[in-house]
Amino acid sequence: MEEKLLEINHLKSYFFTRKGVSPAVDDVSLAVPKGKIVGIVGESGCGKSMTAKSIMDLLKYPGRIVEGEILLDGKDLTKLSARERRRVRGEDVSMIFQEPMTSLNPVVKVGKQVREAILTHQKVDRAEAKRRVLEVFRQVGISEPEKRYECYPHELSGGLRQRVMIAMAMVCRPKLMIADEPTTALDVTIEAQILKLIKTLCETTGMSCLLISHNLGVIAQMCDYVYVMYAGKIVEQGDVFTLFDHPRHPYTQGLLASIIHLDEQRERLSTIPGMVPNLMHLPEGCAFCNRCGQAMDCCRTKKPELYDLGGGHAFRCFLPGESEASHA
Amino acid sequence: MREEKKVLLRCEHLVKEFPVDRKRAVHAVSDISLEIYEGECLALVGESGCGKSTLGRTLIQLHEPTSGKVFFRDAEISAMKPAQFAQYRRQMQMIFQDPYASLDPRMTVRDIIAEPLVTHKVCESKEAVTARVLELMDAVGVPREFLYRYPHQFSGGQRQRIGIARAVALNPSLVICDEPVSALDVSVQSQVLNLLKDIQANYGLTYLFISHDLSVVRFISNRVCVMFLGKICEIGDSETIYRDPVHPYTKFLMNAIPIANPHLREQEKTLLEGEIPSPIDPPKGCRFHTRCPYATDRCRAEEPALREVKGRQVACHLV
Ligand SMILES: Nc1ncnc2c1ncn2[C@@H]1O[C@H](COP(=O)(O)OP(=O)(O)OP(=O)(O)O)[C@@H](O)[C@H]1O
Ligand SMILES: Nc1ncnc2c1ncn2[C@@H]1O[C@H](COP(=O)(O)OP(=O)(O)OP(=O)(O)O)[C@@H](O)[C@H]1O
Ligand code: SF4
Ligand SMILES: [Mg+2]
Ligand SMILES: [Mg+2]
Repeated sequence: MEEKLLEINHLKSYFFTRKGVSPAVDDVSLAVPKGKIVGIVGESGCGKSMTAKSIMDLLKYPGRIVEGEILLDGKDLTKLSARERRRVRGEDVSMIFQEPMTSLNPVVKVGKQVREAILTHQKVDRAEAKRRVLEVFRQVGISEPEKRYECYPHELSGGLRQRVMIAMAMVCRPKLMIADEPTTALDVTIEAQILKLIKTLCETTGMSCLLISHNLGVIAQMCDYVYVMYAGKIVEQGDVFTLFDHPRHPYTQGLLASIIHLDEQRERLSTIPGMVPNLMHLPEGCAFCNRCGQAMDCCRTKKPELYDLGGGHAFRCFLPGESEASHA
Repeated sequence: MREEKKVLLRCEHLVKEFPVDRKRAVHAVSDISLEIYEGECLALVGESGCGKSTLGRTLIQLHEPTSGKVFFRDAEISAMKPAQFAQYRRQMQMIFQDPYASLDPRMTVRDIIAEPLVTHKVCESKEAVTARVLELMDAVGVPREFLYRYPHQFSGGQRQRIGIARAVALNPSLVICDEPVSALDVSVQSQVLNLLKDIQANYGLTYLFISHDLSVVRFISNRVCVMFLGKICEIGDSETIYRDPVHPYTKFLMNAIPIANPHLREQEKTLLEGEIPSPIDPPKGCRFHTRCPYATDRCRAEEPALREVKGRQVACHLV
């Protein structure tokens, strides 16, 4: 059995708005083993970022964690004091976001920003901190680190800014890096560089990564294990090969079928009808039922539980689960 | 027998520069010549800032060219006075990336789709306008009962459908689609792509399809034009280029696409190093030479011209 670094159990994070309650994260359980890259994939609004923010204690009013545990190395982060939480957030877990510009301070030189991150969490002097910044800049592939140290964020390209963000996330040698759509704003050649960097960092430092993306290509290239989210819930999970080779949930199957293959031109794309439902007006039964081609009567009235298919593969659906053997 | 292809839009040595200050300018489109054939879908691909949108806009005179000529059929539209160009205007429409920003939030769906019909006075009466709007809503799959709704009451995919209805309202010949599905969710993206293909067939449209997403382009286009920093690297049939890209930049671009197949990930990828150079001070010689691992002295000094290689046009000294 792999050793788990992060374990989330039955997490519920809801938004309490005047119009009603939005169950952004609804009974999510997931695990990130040590040294592995675990992906969360799903479409806009399905709760990927809110899951990440729950871990980082970054949920903003009117959102909050309603129940559940977030265990890091067995310690429940939801039960820590504010001060301990801050420490964990800076040192053991760090996060990089989709748009590095909004998470960097525009009027402070990037080198200084990364140096401050070190000084806040570690007892070292300024000279040592600067030396470490330059070292980590080199580690994340920032060319001419001394020169970049003196740059303001707007003087850097999108790819370099994302490298600075990764450097900032790396300086305290976290056990877990949460990357929320880290390459969505980048060009494809730069995306490939950043993905390779994240993978190399995990391999060389033993760090784990929770990688959030709506791009199935990114997930397939990067992850060991994958969770598919739909409307606040995990609808399927499994190791990356099982999930791509034998998807069982109709939503996962639909997503995979709509991928465009580069080696042949198709006349039409396979689609999933309809669109992602509003979390405040979910169907009574399965959240996917009004888009699902295989929906049965029970799907419209009852909520399906996660069905364990064995070997770490599970799906949330009323369709029969036994037939896995037919693939063997 | 080979079918004779008719040119719908053509540009010659088209240049568009945006002045930065007295001395410097952004070289967004630098000496581009190409043809768009009737009924085809030509895709413009390339990374952010390479000049795709600027080229699209300059072609339909939304930007005044710095130099060069644009012909619609045989008429030189780049030389026309606004009054003369007006009759060509409605032949060329545009669909934008951001379905949120491109529709006026204070207008109903009816008025949004009707606007071009009213501006160009193509319908006899108000009733005729509404009838045409309903027809267009059917064509793009927006339910008729939403006629008097406002844009904020729609999802991104539906807004994009409304944008498409508006663009085809005047039966244009050419539609420039500028990243029309980039803001959409995966499952909605494929719906809208199918719709764009249907609409193209049903209305006999020619598309200039701008996208940085090579998968989307693979599906929709007949021909591709790969751009780098204001220049064409490679242009030709999609089938030919996707099967066997020739220009080093095209190869890197294709190679960088994250393939949704975990079995293909252990293959060592050769990645493009470095960042995209500034269009204010583009590299001399081949504009790609600062990132190209094969660059020679000649590449640094002399600009490669487009020439025929393996059934497509390529601008590279080494192929
Ligand atoms: N301030 C808020 N008030 C009410 N509901 C909110 C608020 N912020 C987020 N939500 C809810 O949380 C849900 C999940 O949002 P989240 O940002 O996690 O989605 P996501 O999966 O990261 O999507 P994306 O791919 O667009 O980033 C949203 O559908 C929305 O209903
Ligand atoms: N109106 C303008 N004024 C000044 N510079 C401009 C203007 N429009 C575009 N540019 C510049 O021209 C260059 C080409 O921009 P353009 O928008 O055509 O690129 P693009 O290929 O469409 O990129 P993207 O994929 O990001 O949309 C960029 O450097 C851009 O900053
Ligand atoms: S539970 Fe029913 S509606 Fe939901 S995905 Fe399964 S078959 Fe479809
Ligand atoms: Mg998000
Ligand atoms: Mg553009």
